[in-house]
Amino acid sequence: MQETPVLNPEAVSQAVKRLADEIHAAHGDTPIAFVGIHTRGVVLADRLVTELRTRRGGIEQGTLDISLYRDDLDNLAALPSIEGSDIPFDVEGATILLCDDVLFTVRTIRAAMNVLLDYGRPKCIQLAVLADRGHRELPIAATWTGIHIPTRREDYLRVHFRETDGVDDVIHYTRDPA
Amino acid sequence: MKSVTHRKDLLSFDGMAREEALAILDTAKPFKDLFTRSVKKVPTLRGKTVLNLFYEPSTRTRTSFEIAAKRLSADVTNFAVSTSSVVKGESILDTIDTLQAMQVDYMIVRHGVSGVPEYIARHTKASVINAGDGHHAHPTQALLDAFTFREIYPDLTGKRIVVAGDILHSRVARSVFQLMHLLGVEVGTFGPATLIPPTIPDYVRVFTRFDEVLEFDPHVLYLLRLQLERQTANFFPSMREYHRVYGVTDERFRRIRERGMHIMHPGPVNRGVELVDDVMTYERTLINTQVENGIATRMAVLYHLTPEVTSRSHDAEVPA
Repeated sequence: MQETPVLNPEAVSQAVKRLADEIHAAHGDTPIAFVGIHTRGVVLADRLVTELRTRRGGIEQGTLDISLYRDDLDNLAALPSIEGSDIPFDVEGATILLCDDVLFTVRTIRAAMNVLLDYGRPKCIQLAVLADRGHRELPIAATWTGIHIPTRREDYLRVHFRETDGVDDVIHYTRDPA
Repeated sequence: MKSVTHRKDLLSFDGMAREEALAILDTAKPFKDLFTRSVKKVPTLRGKTVLNLFYEPSTRTRTSFEIAAKRLSADVTNFAVSTSSVVKGESILDTIDTLQAMQVDYMIVRHGVSGVPEYIARHTKASVINAGDGHHAHPTQALLDAFTFREIYPDLTGKRIVVAGDILHSRVARSVFQLMHLLGVEVGTFGPATLIPPTIPDYVRVFTRFDEVLEFDPHVLYLLRLQLERQTANFFPSMREYHRVYGVTDERFRRIRERGMHIMHPGPVNRGVELVDDVMTYERTLINTQVENGIATRMAVLYHLTPEVTSRSHDAEVPA
Protein backbone atom coordinates (compact mmCIF):
# COMPACT_ATOMS: atom_id res chain seq x y z
CA MET A 1 0.00 0.00 0.00
CA GLN A 2 1.43 3.33 -1.07
CA GLU A 3 0.73 6.49 0.93
CA THR A 4 0.40 9.91 -0.69
CA PRO A 5 -0.23 12.87 1.62
CA VAL A 6 -2.93 15.08 0.11
CA LEU A 7 -3.39 17.72 2.79
CA ASN A 8 -0.95 18.62 5.58
CA PRO A 9 -2.10 20.10 8.95
CA GLU A 10 -2.01 23.64 7.65
CA ALA A 11 -3.98 22.76 4.52
CA VAL A 12 -6.61 20.98 6.63
CA SER A 13 -7.10 24.13 8.72
CA GLN A 14 -7.34 26.26 5.57
CA ALA A 15 -9.88 23.90 3.99
CA VAL A 16 -12.04 23.99 7.13
CA LYS A 17 -11.82 27.78 7.29
CA ARG A 18 -12.79 28.06 3.62
CA LEU A 19 -15.82 25.83 4.22
CA ALA A 20 -16.79 28.04 7.17
CA ASP A 21 -16.45 31.18 4.99
CA GLU A 22 -18.67 29.74 2.27
CA ILE A 23 -21.32 28.55 4.73
CA HIS A 24 -21.29 31.94 6.45
CA ALA A 25 -21.67 33.77 3.14
CA ALA A 26 -24.63 31.59 2.18
CA HIS A 27 -26.50 31.59 5.49
CA GLY A 28 -25.68 34.93 7.10
CA ASP A 29 -27.39 35.03 10.50
CA THR A 30 -30.30 32.67 9.82
CA PRO A 31 -30.59 29.85 12.41
CA ILE A 32 -28.68 26.75 11.38
CA ALA A 33 -27.97 23.37 12.97
CA PHE A 34 -24.74 21.46 12.38
CA VAL A 35 -24.96 17.68 12.59
CA GLY A 36 -21.78 15.62 12.47
CA ILE A 37 -21.78 11.98 11.42
CA HIS A 38 -19.77 9.70 13.74
CA THR A 39 -16.80 9.73 14.06
CA ARG A 40 -14.88 12.31 12.04
CA GLY A 41 -17.94 14.18 10.78
CA VAL A 42 -18.50 15.11 14.43
CA VAL A 43 -15.03 16.66 14.52
CA LEU A 44 -15.63 18.58 11.27
CA ALA A 45 -18.96 19.92 12.60
CA ASP A 46 -17.24 20.90 15.83
CA ARG A 47 -14.53 22.85 14.01
CA LEU A 48 -16.99 24.61 11.71
CA VAL A 49 -19.16 25.58 14.69
CA THR A 50 -16.15 26.87 16.64
CA GLU A 51 -15.09 28.96 13.64
CA LEU A 52 -18.58 30.33 12.95
CA ARG A 53 -19.44 31.13 16.58
CA THR A 54 -16.78 33.85 16.50
CA ARG A 55 -18.84 35.55 13.79
CA ARG A 56 -22.52 34.84 14.60
CA GLY A 57 -25.05 33.27 16.98
CA GLY A 58 -28.06 31.02 16.39
CA ILE A 59 -26.06 27.83 15.85
CA GLU A 60 -27.27 24.45 17.12
CA GLN A 61 -25.17 21.31 17.13
CA GLY A 62 -25.81 17.56 17.17
CA THR A 63 -24.26 14.20 16.35
CA LEU A 64 -25.54 11.28 14.32
CA ASP A 65 -24.82 7.55 14.54
CA ILE A 66 -25.95 5.81 11.37
CA SER A 67 -25.07 2.20 12.40
CA LEU A 68 -28.70 1.17 12.76
CA TYR A 69 -29.53 2.54 9.29
CA ARG A 70 -26.73 0.89 7.35
CA ASP A 71 -27.72 -1.16 4.31
CA ASP A 72 -24.75 -3.53 4.65
CA LEU A 73 -25.12 -4.90 8.21
CA ASP A 74 -25.40 -8.45 6.88
CA ASN A 75 -22.08 -8.12 5.07
CA LEU A 76 -19.91 -6.79 7.87
CA ALA A 77 -17.26 -8.90 9.57
CA ALA A 78 -18.06 -7.33 12.93
CA LEU A 79 -21.05 -5.42 14.22
CA PRO A 80 -20.36 -1.70 14.59
CA SER A 81 -20.60 -0.50 18.17
CA ILE A 82 -23.36 2.05 18.53
CA GLU A 83 -22.39 5.47 19.83
CA GLY A 84 -25.92 6.81 19.66
CA SER A 85 -27.24 10.00 18.13
CA ASP A 86 -27.63 13.24 20.02
CA ILE A 87 -30.00 15.72 18.41
CA PRO A 88 -30.66 18.31 21.16
CA PHE A 89 -32.78 20.63 18.99
CA ASP A 90 -36.11 20.40 17.18
CA VAL A 91 -35.54 18.98 13.71
CA GLU A 92 -39.01 20.12 12.62
CA GLY A 93 -38.52 23.12 10.33
CA ALA A 94 -34.75 23.38 11.00
CA THR A 95 -32.05 24.16 8.45
CA ILE A 96 -29.59 21.33 8.93
CA LEU A 97 -26.02 21.17 7.77
CA LEU A 98 -24.84 17.59 7.72
CA CYS A 99 -21.05 17.19 8.08
CA ASP A 100 -18.82 14.27 7.14
CA ASP A 101 -15.12 13.83 6.47
CA VAL A 102 -15.10 11.90 3.18
CA LEU A 103 -17.72 11.71 0.42
CA PHE A 104 -17.44 8.35 -1.35
CA THR A 105 -20.34 5.99 -2.16
CA VAL A 106 -22.69 8.43 -0.35
CA ARG A 107 -24.51 5.51 1.27
CA THR A 108 -23.60 6.98 4.67
CA ILE A 109 -25.26 10.24 3.64
CA ARG A 110 -28.38 8.37 2.52
CA ALA A 111 -28.51 6.66 5.92
CA ALA A 112 -27.87 9.95 7.75
CA MET A 113 -30.74 11.66 5.93
CA ASN A 114 -33.05 8.79 6.87
CA VAL A 115 -32.04 9.11 10.53
CA LEU A 116 -32.70 12.86 10.50
CA LEU A 117 -36.09 12.45 8.84
CA ASP A 118 -37.11 10.08 11.64
CA TYR A 119 -36.65 12.97 14.09
CA GLY A 120 -38.96 15.29 12.17
CA ARG A 121 -39.34 17.27 8.95
CA PRO A 122 -36.47 19.73 8.53
CA LYS A 123 -36.81 22.81 6.32
CA CYS A 124 -33.77 21.62 4.38
CA ILE A 125 -30.69 19.43 4.72
CA GLN A 126 -27.38 20.54 3.24
CA LEU A 127 -24.08 18.69 3.21
CA ALA A 128 -20.52 19.80 3.94
CA VAL A 129 -17.58 17.42 3.43
CA LEU A 130 -13.87 17.92 3.80
CA ALA A 131 -12.92 15.64 0.87
CA ASP A 132 -14.86 14.29 -2.12
CA ARG A 133 -13.15 11.25 -3.66
CA GLY A 134 -15.83 10.37 -6.23
CA HIS A 135 -17.47 6.97 -6.97
CA ARG A 136 -20.91 7.82 -5.65
CA GLU A 137 -23.52 5.10 -5.93
CA LEU A 138 -26.58 7.28 -5.32
CA PRO A 139 -27.59 10.66 -6.80
CA ILE A 140 -26.42 12.73 -3.81
CA ALA A 141 -23.98 15.65 -3.95
CA ALA A 142 -22.32 17.81 -1.30
CA THR A 143 -23.42 21.44 -0.97
CA TRP A 144 -19.91 22.42 0.17
CA THR A 145 -16.69 20.52 -0.48
CA GLY A 146 -13.24 21.27 0.99
CA ILE A 147 -11.25 19.46 -1.68
CA HIS A 148 -11.90 17.13 -4.64
CA ILE A 149 -9.47 14.21 -4.86
CA PRO A 150 -9.56 11.86 -7.87
CA THR A 151 -9.18 8.24 -6.69
CA ARG A 152 -9.61 4.73 -8.00
CA ARG A 153 -12.49 2.71 -6.57
CA GLU A 154 -10.15 0.30 -4.75
CA ASP A 155 -8.05 3.07 -3.13
CA TYR A 156 -8.51 4.35 0.39
CA LEU A 157 -8.75 7.97 1.36
CA ARG A 158 -8.37 8.77 5.05
CA VAL A 159 -9.00 12.05 6.81
CA HIS A 160 -7.25 12.28 10.17
CA PHE A 161 -8.08 14.83 12.84
CA ARG A 162 -6.09 15.74 15.95
CA GLU A 163 -9.13 14.97 18.14
CA THR A 164 -9.47 11.40 16.85
CA ASP A 165 -6.11 10.50 15.36
CA GLY A 166 -3.57 12.83 16.96
CA VAL A 167 -2.78 14.61 13.71
CA ASP A 168 -4.53 16.70 11.05
CA ASP A 169 -3.97 15.36 7.54
CA VAL A 170 -5.52 13.64 4.52
CA ILE A 171 -3.76 10.57 3.10
CA HIS A 172 -4.46 8.78 -0.18
CA TYR A 173 -3.59 5.04 -0.07
CA THR A 174 -3.09 3.29 -3.39
CA ARG A 175 -2.27 -0.35 -4.03
CA ASP A 176 1.27 -1.00 -5.22
CA PRO A 177 1.31 -1.71 -8.94
CA ALA A 178 1.48 -5.50 -9.19
CA MET B 1 -13.62 0.21 14.57
CA LYS B 2 -14.62 -0.95 18.06
CA SER B 3 -16.81 -3.96 17.64
CA VAL B 4 -18.36 -6.94 19.34
CA THR B 5 -17.90 -10.57 18.40
CA HIS B 6 -20.53 -12.71 16.76
CA ARG B 7 -22.91 -14.86 18.74
CA LYS B 8 -25.74 -16.89 17.28
CA ASP B 9 -27.87 -17.55 20.35
CA LEU B 10 -28.53 -16.18 23.82
CA LEU B 11 -29.51 -19.15 25.99
CA SER B 12 -27.92 -18.36 29.37
CA PHE B 13 -24.83 -16.59 30.68
CA ASP B 14 -22.74 -19.78 30.73
CA GLY B 15 -19.39 -19.00 29.19
CA MET B 16 -20.18 -15.35 28.56
CA ALA B 17 -17.35 -12.91 29.23
CA ARG B 18 -17.93 -9.78 31.25
CA GLU B 19 -16.96 -7.66 28.22
CA GLU B 20 -19.70 -9.19 26.11
CA ALA B 21 -22.35 -8.60 28.79
CA LEU B 22 -21.17 -4.99 29.08
CA ALA B 23 -21.23 -4.59 25.29
CA ILE B 24 -24.90 -5.62 25.18
CA LEU B 25 -25.75 -3.31 28.08
CA ASP B 26 -23.87 -0.40 26.46
CA THR B 27 -25.77 -0.95 23.21
CA ALA B 28 -29.13 -0.83 25.00
CA LYS B 29 -28.55 2.83 25.94
CA PRO B 30 -28.70 4.32 22.41
CA PHE B 31 -31.75 2.12 21.76
CA LYS B 32 -33.48 3.63 24.78
CA ASP B 33 -32.64 7.12 23.46
CA LEU B 34 -34.66 6.31 20.33
CA PHE B 35 -37.86 6.22 22.38
CA THR B 36 -37.88 10.00 22.67
CA ARG B 37 -37.89 10.53 18.88
CA SER B 38 -41.02 11.12 16.85
CA VAL B 39 -40.29 7.92 14.90
CA LYS B 40 -39.28 5.27 17.45
CA LYS B 41 -38.32 2.77 14.80
CA VAL B 42 -34.98 2.06 13.09
CA PRO B 43 -34.55 -0.02 9.92
CA THR B 44 -31.83 -2.31 11.32
CA LEU B 45 -33.68 -5.63 10.96
CA ARG B 46 -35.75 -4.69 7.92
CA GLY B 47 -36.63 -7.80 5.96
CA LYS B 48 -35.83 -10.14 8.87
CA THR B 49 -38.43 -12.33 10.53
CA VAL B 50 -38.71 -12.75 14.29
CA LEU B 51 -40.83 -15.55 15.63
CA ASN B 52 -42.25 -15.65 19.13
CA LEU B 53 -42.46 -19.31 20.08
CA PHE B 54 -44.07 -19.44 23.51
CA TYR B 55 -44.98 -22.84 24.90
CA GLU B 56 -45.92 -21.17 28.19
CA PRO B 57 -48.28 -18.26 28.70
CA SER B 58 -46.63 -14.85 28.85
CA THR B 59 -47.99 -11.44 28.04
CA ARG B 60 -45.25 -9.12 29.25
CA THR B 61 -42.19 -10.84 27.88
CA ARG B 62 -43.83 -11.72 24.57
CA THR B 63 -45.13 -8.17 24.11
CA SER B 64 -41.77 -6.71 25.09
CA PHE B 65 -39.97 -8.84 22.48
CA GLU B 66 -42.64 -8.02 19.92
CA ILE B 67 -42.25 -4.27 20.43
CA ALA B 68 -38.45 -4.59 20.44
CA ALA B 69 -38.46 -6.48 17.14
CA LYS B 70 -40.95 -4.08 15.56
CA ARG B 71 -38.88 -1.06 16.60
CA LEU B 72 -36.01 -2.69 14.70
CA SER B 73 -38.36 -2.99 11.68
CA ALA B 74 -38.43 -6.81 11.74
CA ASP B 75 -41.56 -8.72 10.83
CA VAL B 76 -42.94 -10.44 13.91
CA THR B 77 -45.01 -13.58 14.00
CA ASN B 78 -46.51 -15.07 17.12
CA PHE B 79 -46.69 -18.82 17.13
CA ALA B 80 -49.52 -19.50 19.54
CA VAL B 81 -48.94 -22.99 20.78
CA SER B 82 -52.43 -23.66 22.00
CA THR B 83 -53.80 -23.14 18.49
CA SER B 84 -50.99 -24.92 16.68
CA SER B 85 -50.26 -28.46 15.61
CA VAL B 86 -48.36 -28.99 18.86
CA VAL B 87 -51.65 -29.79 20.52
CA LYS B 88 -52.20 -32.28 17.71
CA GLY B 89 -49.01 -34.05 18.80
CA GLU B 90 -46.32 -32.53 16.56
CA SER B 91 -42.84 -32.87 18.08
CA ILE B 92 -40.67 -29.84 18.80
CA LEU B 93 -38.20 -30.82 16.07
CA ASP B 94 -40.95 -31.15 13.47
CA THR B 95 -42.25 -27.74 14.48
CA ILE B 96 -38.75 -26.27 14.16
CA ASP B 97 -38.26 -27.83 10.73
CA THR B 98 -41.54 -26.33 9.60
CA LEU B 99 -40.61 -22.90 10.91
CA GLN B 100 -37.12 -23.16 9.44
CA ALA B 101 -38.72 -23.72 6.05
CA MET B 102 -40.54 -20.42 6.57
CA GLN B 103 -37.15 -18.63 6.68
CA VAL B 104 -37.33 -17.37 10.22
CA ASP B 105 -34.20 -15.42 11.30
CA TYR B 106 -34.77 -15.13 15.06
CA MET B 107 -36.74 -17.40 17.39
CA ILE B 108 -37.77 -16.21 20.84
CA VAL B 109 -38.45 -19.38 22.82
CA ARG B 110 -40.19 -19.92 26.12
CA HIS B 111 -40.78 -23.43 27.36
CA GLY B 112 -41.70 -25.04 30.68
CA VAL B 113 -38.87 -27.57 30.36
CA SER B 114 -35.26 -26.53 31.00
CA GLY B 115 -32.97 -26.91 27.99
CA VAL B 116 -35.58 -26.76 25.23
CA PRO B 117 -34.28 -23.45 23.77
CA GLU B 118 -30.78 -24.92 23.65
CA TYR B 119 -32.11 -28.03 21.93
CA ILE B 120 -33.90 -25.88 19.36
CA ALA B 121 -30.80 -23.70 18.87
CA ARG B 122 -28.77 -26.79 17.94
CA HIS B 123 -31.28 -27.67 15.24
CA THR B 124 -31.86 -24.36 13.55
CA LYS B 125 -29.84 -21.77 11.69
CA ALA B 126 -31.98 -19.04 13.21
CA SER B 127 -30.75 -17.16 16.25
CA VAL B 128 -32.50 -18.43 19.37
CA ILE B 129 -33.18 -16.24 22.39
CA ASN B 130 -34.19 -17.99 25.58
CA ALA B 131 -37.23 -16.15 26.94
CA GLY B 132 -37.41 -18.46 29.96
CA ASP B 133 -37.01 -22.23 30.17
CA GLY B 134 -38.23 -24.24 33.17
CA HIS B 135 -36.27 -23.33 36.27
CA HIS B 136 -33.12 -22.82 34.21
CA ALA B 137 -32.59 -19.31 32.81
CA HIS B 138 -34.22 -16.08 31.65
CA PRO B 139 -31.24 -14.07 30.39
CA THR B 140 -33.02 -11.06 28.89
CA GLN B 141 -34.80 -10.42 32.20
CA ALA B 142 -31.44 -10.34 34.01
CA LEU B 143 -29.97 -8.06 31.32
CA LEU B 144 -32.79 -5.54 31.63
CA ASP B 145 -32.40 -5.66 35.43
CA ALA B 146 -28.65 -5.02 35.12
CA PHE B 147 -29.34 -2.19 32.65
CA THR B 148 -31.80 -0.63 35.13
CA PHE B 149 -29.29 -1.06 37.99
CA ARG B 150 -26.56 0.58 35.87
CA GLU B 151 -28.72 3.58 35.07
CA ILE B 152 -28.50 4.39 38.79
CA TYR B 153 -24.99 3.07 39.46
CA PRO B 154 -22.94 3.20 36.21
CA ASP B 155 -20.18 1.07 37.75
CA LEU B 156 -21.71 -2.02 39.33
CA THR B 157 -18.44 -3.34 40.75
CA GLY B 158 -18.83 -3.84 44.49
CA LYS B 159 -22.53 -2.90 44.50
CA ARG B 160 -24.89 -5.21 46.39
CA ILE B 161 -28.18 -6.86 45.50
CA VAL B 162 -30.43 -9.18 47.49
CA VAL B 163 -32.86 -11.40 45.60
CA ALA B 164 -35.79 -12.27 47.85
CA GLY B 165 -38.46 -14.91 47.54
CA ASP B 166 -38.98 -18.19 45.76
CA ILE B 167 -35.48 -18.97 44.47
CA LEU B 168 -36.25 -22.66 43.97
CA HIS B 169 -38.78 -22.16 41.18
CA SER B 170 -37.15 -19.08 39.70
CA ARG B 171 -35.23 -19.02 36.42
CA VAL B 172 -35.10 -15.24 36.88
CA ALA B 173 -33.14 -15.65 40.14
CA ARG B 174 -30.66 -18.02 38.49
CA SER B 175 -29.96 -15.62 35.62
CA VAL B 176 -29.85 -12.57 37.90
CA PHE B 177 -27.34 -14.28 40.22
CA GLN B 178 -25.14 -15.27 37.29
CA LEU B 179 -25.16 -11.94 35.47
CA MET B 180 -24.78 -9.78 38.59
CA HIS B 181 -21.84 -11.93 39.70
CA LEU B 182 -20.32 -11.59 36.22
CA LEU B 183 -20.63 -7.80 36.51
CA GLY B 184 -18.90 -7.73 39.89
CA VAL B 185 -22.03 -7.23 42.03
CA GLU B 186 -22.13 -8.86 45.48
CA VAL B 187 -25.15 -11.13 45.58
CA GLY B 188 -27.34 -12.19 48.50
CA THR B 189 -30.62 -14.00 48.80
CA PHE B 190 -33.45 -13.99 51.32
CA GLY B 191 -36.35 -16.37 51.54
CA PRO B 192 -37.85 -19.46 53.13
CA ALA B 193 -35.20 -22.18 53.54
CA THR B 194 -37.62 -24.55 51.75
CA LEU B 195 -37.48 -22.30 48.66
CA ILE B 196 -33.69 -21.95 48.50
CA PRO B 197 -32.20 -24.73 46.37
CA PRO B 198 -29.22 -26.70 47.72
CA THR B 199 -27.46 -26.08 44.40
CA ILE B 200 -27.28 -22.31 44.95
CA PRO B 201 -23.88 -20.95 43.77
CA ASP B 202 -21.17 -20.42 46.40
CA TYR B 203 -20.92 -16.69 45.73
CA VAL B 204 -24.54 -16.12 46.84
CA ARG B 205 -24.85 -15.22 50.51
CA VAL B 206 -27.96 -16.75 52.03
CA PHE B 207 -29.91 -14.68 54.59
CA THR B 208 -32.79 -16.14 56.56
CA ARG B 209 -33.64 -13.07 58.69
CA PHE B 210 -34.47 -9.60 57.38
CA ASP B 211 -32.06 -8.03 59.89
CA GLU B 212 -29.23 -9.80 58.08
CA VAL B 213 -30.41 -8.25 54.82
CA LEU B 214 -30.34 -4.78 56.40
CA GLU B 215 -26.84 -5.47 57.71
CA PHE B 216 -25.68 -6.46 54.19
CA ASP B 217 -27.22 -3.11 53.10
CA PRO B 218 -27.99 -3.88 49.43
CA HIS B 219 -28.36 -1.10 46.87
CA VAL B 220 -31.23 -3.04 45.33
CA LEU B 221 -33.76 -5.36 46.93
CA TYR B 222 -35.03 -7.61 44.15
CA LEU B 223 -38.37 -9.21 44.98
CA LEU B 224 -39.31 -12.31 43.04
CA ARG B 225 -42.88 -13.06 42.20
CA LEU B 226 -44.28 -15.84 44.35
CA GLN B 227 -45.18 -18.26 41.58
CA LEU B 228 -48.55 -19.39 42.79
CA GLU B 229 -49.00 -21.63 39.74
CA ARG B 230 -45.86 -23.58 40.63
CA GLN B 231 -46.67 -24.14 44.30
CA THR B 232 -47.55 -27.80 44.12
CA ALA B 233 -46.06 -28.78 47.48
CA ASN B 234 -46.47 -26.95 50.78
CA PHE B 235 -43.29 -24.91 51.00
CA PHE B 236 -44.77 -22.44 53.51
CA PRO B 237 -47.93 -22.34 55.62
CA SER B 238 -49.97 -19.56 53.97
CA MET B 239 -49.73 -16.43 51.82
CA ARG B 240 -50.25 -14.24 54.85
CA GLU B 241 -47.46 -16.07 56.64
CA TYR B 242 -45.18 -15.66 53.59
CA HIS B 243 -45.85 -11.93 53.51
CA ARG B 244 -45.25 -11.54 57.24
CA VAL B 245 -41.96 -13.45 57.24
CA TYR B 246 -40.46 -12.83 53.75
CA GLY B 247 -42.41 -10.00 52.13
CA VAL B 248 -41.96 -6.24 52.33
CA THR B 249 -44.31 -5.35 55.19
CA ASP B 250 -45.15 -1.77 56.25
CA GLU B 251 -42.49 -1.98 58.98
CA ARG B 252 -39.81 -3.29 56.58
CA PHE B 253 -40.78 -0.73 53.96
CA ARG B 254 -40.12 2.01 56.51
CA ARG B 255 -36.59 0.69 57.06
CA ILE B 256 -36.00 0.25 53.31
CA ARG B 257 -37.01 3.88 52.74
CA GLU B 258 -34.73 5.09 55.54
CA ARG B 259 -31.79 3.46 53.80
CA GLY B 260 -32.77 4.64 50.33
CA MET B 261 -32.72 1.15 48.85
CA HIS B 262 -34.13 0.65 45.37
CA ILE B 263 -36.78 -2.01 44.76
CA MET B 264 -36.99 -4.21 41.68
CA HIS B 265 -39.50 -6.89 40.72
CA PRO B 266 -39.78 -8.80 37.43
CA GLY B 267 -43.57 -8.55 37.53
CA PRO B 268 -46.39 -9.21 37.66
CA VAL B 269 -46.65 -8.21 41.33
CA ASN B 270 -48.81 -10.06 43.85
CA ARG B 271 -49.82 -7.08 45.97
CA GLY B 272 -49.96 -7.89 49.66
CA VAL B 273 -47.74 -10.96 49.17
CA GLU B 274 -44.24 -9.84 48.03
CA LEU B 275 -44.88 -6.24 48.97
CA VAL B 276 -47.44 -3.81 50.42
CA ASP B 277 -49.28 -1.39 48.10
CA ASP B 278 -47.25 1.66 49.19
CA VAL B 279 -44.09 0.16 47.66
CA MET B 280 -45.62 0.55 44.21
CA THR B 281 -45.67 4.36 44.52
CA TYR B 282 -42.27 4.65 46.29
CA GLU B 283 -39.94 6.88 44.22
CA ARG B 284 -37.17 4.27 44.32
CA THR B 285 -39.34 1.44 43.06
CA LEU B 286 -38.02 0.63 39.59
CA ILE B 287 -40.69 -1.84 38.46
CA ASN B 288 -42.07 0.32 35.63
CA THR B 289 -38.57 1.40 34.59
CA GLN B 290 -37.67 -2.28 34.29
CA VAL B 291 -40.57 -2.81 31.89
CA GLU B 292 -39.53 0.18 29.78
CA ASN B 293 -35.89 -0.89 29.77
CA GLY B 294 -36.94 -4.40 28.72
CA ILE B 295 -37.68 -3.15 25.22
CA ALA B 296 -34.33 -1.37 24.77
CA THR B 297 -32.42 -4.31 26.22
CA ARG B 298 -34.18 -6.82 23.96
CA MET B 299 -33.45 -4.59 20.95
CA ALA B 300 -29.79 -4.68 21.96
CA VAL B 301 -29.88 -8.49 22.22
CA LEU B 302 -31.52 -8.84 18.79
CA TYR B 303 -28.90 -6.48 17.34
CA HIS B 304 -26.12 -8.43 19.05
CA LEU B 305 -27.05 -11.85 17.64
CA THR B 306 -26.18 -13.05 14.16
CA PRO B 307 -28.26 -15.83 12.61
CA GLU B 308 -26.35 -18.37 10.51
CA VAL B 309 -28.69 -17.69 7.62
CA THR B 310 -27.07 -14.32 7.03
CA SER B 311 -23.46 -14.87 6.05
CA ARG B 312 -21.18 -12.04 6.98
CA SER B 313 -18.21 -11.61 4.68
CA HIS B 314 -14.90 -10.34 5.98
CA ASP B 315 -13.90 -6.80 5.18
CA ALA B 316 -10.57 -6.27 3.47
CA GLU B 317 -7.85 -4.81 5.63
CA VAL B 318 -8.52 -1.10 5.86
CA PRO B 319 -5.97 1.48 6.99
CA ALA B 320 -7.28 3.49 9.92
